[in-house]
Amino acid sequence: MVYLTRKAEFSASHYYHNPEFSAEENRRIFGKCNNPNGHGHNYTLEVTVKGEVDPRSGFVVDLKQLKDVLNREVLDAMDHRFLNKEVPEFLTRIPTTENLAIAIWQRLSPKLEAAQLHRVRVYETPDLFVDFYGEV
Amino acid sequence: MKAYLTRRYMFSASHRLHSDAMSAQENVATYGKCNNPYGHGHNYALEVTVSGPVDERTGMVCNLADLDGFVQREILERFDHQNLNTLPEFAQAIPTTENLCISSYDILQRGFHYAHLEKVRFEETMMNSFEYAGGAELRV
Repeated sequence: MVYLTRKAEFSASHYYHNPEFSAEENRRIFGKCNNPNGHGHNYTLEVTVKGEVDPRSGFVVDLKQLKDVLNREVLDAMDHRFLNKEVPEFLTRIPTTENLAIAIWQRLSPKLEAAQLHRVRVYETPDLFVDFYGEV
Repeated sequence: MKAYLTRRYMFSASHRLHSDAMSAQENVATYGKCNNPYGHGHNYALEVTVSGPVDERTGMVCNLADLDGFVQREILERFDHQNLNTLPEFAQAIPTTENLCISSYDILQRGFHYAHLEKVRFEETMMNSFEYAGGAELRV
């Protein structure tokens, strides 16, 4: 089994707000992230897939195919977007880095051929990242 | 849905690696430059990884303000700009980065209860790093 990681960057804005909370609760729990006008990050995404090395190609996965899926499913949908308003998952879920990692997993997992998705890592800043392994 | 969250912190401290149980010659052979009697310093990077179900209402594994507050109060204020050899944590243990890892893990394990502690990772320099998960195998 070999693991391969592909990295991508995207920039997006978001804010944290739960309509079930009072305005005061939203501010207390989410702090500056509750500003309804949103704020932005340069996200770094690392997608790790695993599989056996194909003896003919020497590849775990066709990198071009992986890049195409990443571009189509994640970057086209999220890069330079306001996540709360433009990405369907976040009309009902708060676009925290945790939920972003889960949404990206759910977008990629059914689209990958040959290799199996192992981990989605999303850096919100260089000092903060979330890993999701598809665990329920 | 279970997710793993990692936060990175920086602090600076000095230390000297020296064991009273060894002869002067053995200390030099074992610790090399790190045995210099006046000590030396590093910019340490500490990464704390916690895990748990993503809370439906907040979208969070745990509130970063809680993690930041705890690490600031219990770890950074304890170690930042200190000579590690002078601290009670290292009265018995040599302040290697291995022992710094274990000490920091134990502090978090005892006092931080907002999410499950997975592991602590330390970079002493850009060329070396150390990880500790309470003796368990590394999961992440």
